[in-house]
Amino acid sequence: MDIHEYQAKEILSKFGVTVPAGALAYSPEQAVYRARELGGDRWIVKAQVHAGGRGKAGGIKLCDNDNDIQNASENMFGRKLVTHQTGPEGKGIYRVYVEAAVPIEQEFYLGFVMDRTSQRVMIVASAEGGMEIEEISANKPDSIVRSTVEPAVGLQDFQAREIAFQLGIAPSLISQMVRTLQGCYRAFSELDATMVEVNPLVVTSDDRVIALDAKMTFDDNALFRHPQISELRDKSQEDPRESRAADRGLSYVGLEGNIGCIVNGAGLAMATMDTIMLAGGAPANFLDIGGGATPERVAKAFRLVMSDQNVEAVLVNIFAGINRCDWVAEGVVQALKEVQVDVPVIVRLAGTNVEEGQKILAKSGLPIIRANTLMEAAERAVGAWKNDLSQATRIRAIT
Amino acid sequence: MSILLDRNTPVLVQGITGRMARFHTRDMLDYGTNVVGGVVPGKGGETVEGVPVFDTVKAAVAATGAEASLVFVPPPFAADSIMEAADAGISYCVCITDGIPAGDMIRVKRYMMRYPKERRMVLTGPNCAGTISPGKAMLGIMPGHIFLPGNVGIIGRSGTLGYEAAAQLKELGLGVSTSVGIGGDPINGSSFRDMLQRFEADEETEVICMIGEIGGPQEAEAAEYIRDHVTKPVVAYVAGLTAPKGRTMGHAGAIISAFGESASEKVEILSAVGVSVAENPAVIGQTIARVLGKAA
Repeated sequence: MDIHEYQAKEILSKFGVTVPAGALAYSPEQAVYRARELGGDRWIVKAQVHAGGRGKAGGIKLCDNDNDIQNASENMFGRKLVTHQTGPEGKGIYRVYVEAAVPIEQEFYLGFVMDRTSQRVMIVASAEGGMEIEEISANKPDSIVRSTVEPAVGLQDFQAREIAFQLGIAPSLISQMVRTLQGCYRAFSELDATMVEVNPLVVTSDDRVIALDAKMTFDDNALFRHPQISELRDKSQEDPRESRAADRGLSYVGLEGNIGCIVNGAGLAMATMDTIMLAGGAPANFLDIGGGATPERVAKAFRLVMSDQNVEAVLVNIFAGINRCDWVAEGVVQALKEVQVDVPVIVRLAGTNVEEGQKILAKSGLPIIRANTLMEAAERAVGAWKNDLSQATRIRAIT
Repeated sequence: MSILLDRNTPVLVQGITGRMARFHTRDMLDYGTNVVGGVVPGKGGETVEGVPVFDTVKAAVAATGAEASLVFVPPPFAADSIMEAADAGISYCVCITDGIPAGDMIRVKRYMMRYPKERRMVLTGPNCAGTISPGKAMLGIMPGHIFLPGNVGIIGRSGTLGYEAAAQLKELGLGVSTSVGIGGDPINGSSFRDMLQRFEADEETEVICMIGEIGGPQEAEAAEYIRDHVTKPVVAYVAGLTAPKGRTMGHAGAIISAFGESASEKVEILSAVGVSVAENPAVIGQTIARVLGKAA
């Protein structure tokens, strides 16, 4: 789960990381008022969206007076910010964060990630701050400093000092740097984050080490023990289809294509999407309904998939292992009677009692297109969708 | 021979009194697995499906001589259960639980390192369907009847996609020596590489099938290992060609977050070391059959 910059800064500051003075605003007027409260003569207005690349997309503005702040925020509120990380649809701006500007002397990149090779938390740092890490690793790979944390004892001060010296930080600032690194690591491990990124971390002309930007992502599997983090979820930043799926306990990712997928198991769901592509189509979604394909879950899945206006055909691919195909087939039939599905439905069942399952589908009287293999199912789904478009005839499956 | 699990391996089920665990304990017993006990703190003395329940893994091992364990414990407590098994001298543990915090798994991996190599527990999973040596025993939640005994070793990150492969093999009259689920989590007990090493050493296994997916470095690590150490033919399928970057596809570990983690890059890396890659999931069985034909 992602959170906003201002929330990440609030968390990190509790762990001893210095952040600029700032305040949140829900309207341009409030933004102006917040700036006055903060004092000073220069401010940054920052759009709060769950995506990087805000600066280039016009989501971060340097302002010198009330007028600037008013104009900058008016241009942000209600708009969709499109960055290279958001996709073409962008993310809505409903909050802006106003910060007092700080005099920057040096910029650094600082990231904490779960490194899957060492299976430990890894610190990644570079003196090329301000650039994104992908850019740094492509253009200045030698500037990157890495260090992994021994989980039994946590980050040691000497490791933090090593990183600081390698980045070329002045000796007088080393202790501030150690406090920053330790704070980030403690926030990461105590709150079950999967990523903490401070980019840039800056040294100011008055010798302070400050986190100018902050990004945190949390492990969804650990939210049960961090209710205060769960509360920070902002549905306005999520794909509405995905929010609905998450609320129903289904694992769903919305895509651009038009063949809806209902599959049990994450690997098989990805494989089904790939097969659709090989057959010349494009999947509308990833959806894993879990190992047990109960009629209720199948019905929920149909409702969810059909809520996507782009869906022109639905491919159901279930491997019934412990659950038998006849039982899954009954679930599909029941779901199709409950949910209005006005596009072709292709069903492929495999596993236990597959013949009985096929019989139930055939006898149901519903216009279900059956398939034996995954490839056949994908080809029929793509065929049904193309046919559907050219003849503009839709198979009605409503009773 | 088979790897990790044999007909006589004495097995414990941790969390045996849960609904799922009871169901699969029955299923494993019917398959012929030597389930000798269960562990649930506070339920020692009860029996489930005729199997005695103990309060601790240590007590269960002392009473039954168990060597393997299957963890069915809910996510908040699963890491603790795996560590308890490691400490009690269990040599092979399968964790089925989906949803264990990654931070907990980092601690589990670190904890297991405290034992010297010769008594260090082997863990597969979490978030997997388990391990089966067809015709001998199964330690997991898979449908046993879709696996024929045979010479193909399967290593997979996904449950149902692994079933798909096993069913295709059965259709072709081919069987499996052992099928191991390494699970869909970002921090897992064993990698492809660890299991390749075992299959390479297993006399019964003639060909190894890897079922990978997007995310993480383990397919690429496996490619390096295959190039330098594996003499048996390897077939692979990698799911997620159509998966967008930066999105988690169901499995917590199925996310493209770095270079080399996409399906097409993994296919390229594996092909480069001579692995026969099935281009779509419907031909995994055929690809294995073809490779076996060549090898024979």
